[in-house]
Amino acid sequence: MSVLMQELSAKALALSVPMSVQLDLTYRCNERCVHCYLDHDDHGEMATAEIKHLLDEMAEAGVFILTLSGGEIFLRKDFFEILEHARRLTFCIKLKTNAVMIREREAARIRDLGVESIQISIYSHRPEVHDAITLVPGSLKRSLDAIRFLKSQGLKVIIANVLMVQNMQDYEGVRALADELGVASTLDPTVTPMMDGDRSTLKLGVDNSALQGLFRNESLVGDVEEFCAVPPRPGEDELQSLPCSAGHTACYVSPYGDFYPCVQFPLTCGNVRQRPFLDIWRNSEQLKEVRSIRMKDLTGCSQCTHVTNCTRCPGLAYMEGNMRGPSTQDCEKSFARTGIPSVNLQSKKPSAKNLIQIRMQPAGAAVSA
Amino acid sequence: MTRLYVARNTRVAARNLDGEMMIMSGKDSTLFTLNKTATIIWQSADGATPLDEIVERRICPKYEVEPAAALQDAETLARELAAHDILDVSESPILSVHSHPANPPAGESR
Repeated sequence: MSVLMQELSAKALALSVPMSVQLDLTYRCNERCVHCYLDHDDHGEMATAEIKHLLDEMAEAGVFILTLSGGEIFLRKDFFEILEHARRLTFCIKLKTNAVMIREREAARIRDLGVESIQISIYSHRPEVHDAITLVPGSLKRSLDAIRFLKSQGLKVIIANVLMVQNMQDYEGVRALADELGVASTLDPTVTPMMDGDRSTLKLGVDNSALQGLFRNESLVGDVEEFCAVPPRPGEDELQSLPCSAGHTACYVSPYGDFYPCVQFPLTCGNVRQRPFLDIWRNSEQLKEVRSIRMKDLTGCSQCTHVTNCTRCPGLAYMEGNMRGPSTQDCEKSFARTGIPSVNLQSKKPSAKNLIQIRMQPAGAAVSA
Repeated sequence: MTRLYVARNTRVAARNLDGEMMIMSGKDSTLFTLNKTATIIWQSADGATPLDEIVERRICPKYEVEPAAALQDAETLARELAAHDILDVSESPILSVHSHPANPPAGESR
């Protein structure tokens, strides 16, 4: 984040302005990614007029950065109508899409409407790997064609790659592909649970040795020694700081109007179909609770070695059962970086006295079921 | 004297944060902020009102400044913003600016 953006975010925080919002327009999708956290059935998406009204409210509330995501946003027949309306309101628009429905015409229209950037999910440079994750044959080719169409219009494209067991060997290939296409790329080793709490997707996440390899790859993390160093003990300022921007300068709205602190933090704070956006932002009891939490309040984490540079996600912690608790996936990342288990991981280790158990039944005693 | 007309470039992203505009260039995503005076000019840049009139009506009554000096500063600002494709500047009226609550006229900022 640039220094100027940091300054503006600090100002937005002081003024309690929702600087950045992700709005998912639909959960429907034309891919079936094995790690996806969404239910793709339509349970009553907001209509065009409802979304336009919401965008008006967001602009009035001071929202500057608007991320339109899904599901697959281009499955909405009114997508360009919504996008036009949003640009008339002078939002800075970022799109997240698999891009398989973007051809020359769509790319030109996106350029004409002044979209800031388009993030496209690419999981591998090899069709057999990417398509096995999306479960749609030919999807890699379609997405890459779209990237070329968008690039030819001069648009900023970012490839987003989620690292999983299935594509663990391919992240260098994806980065090389991004270089060849002249676009930026990101790599995220976090697989999230389903929005409904189902944690079965987590088995797709990579193990500790793969994380260690990732965090010791200089081309990814820069100075490995610095990146993997044990962080300094926190000062009072750090313990008084906020865990993340969710609910402070950022929030999320689902296709059904549900208002969460973040897409990864499914704590319902209200519904924009029933209450104005700004009323929820200012007065939701749930958001007030999220905003009350400081680093010093985090159970276990506040005493943890990693507290000053852990990537702890409050939403993942909430999905584990306690928004003030640790998010184990981030504990595992911190462990992979430094080799020191977090307070949370230490508490999960079986104690030595229970590690080896020998149970003996005296000869001749009755065997009970 | 040649009159200058100024219009907000429709490709930028912009939002008023406590009286100061945040503006992101549509050309290269560079982020800018305008102070309160520059924000007044930005918000008044409807393509139809000449810059000297904006300065005379919106700036001079609010600040203790000589009109000629204020106009010179405003022209410098307008040309700087034009160089970043944030503002369009012309010697004739420009008819392309959206009128919307998100871009309220000067004096009506939230």
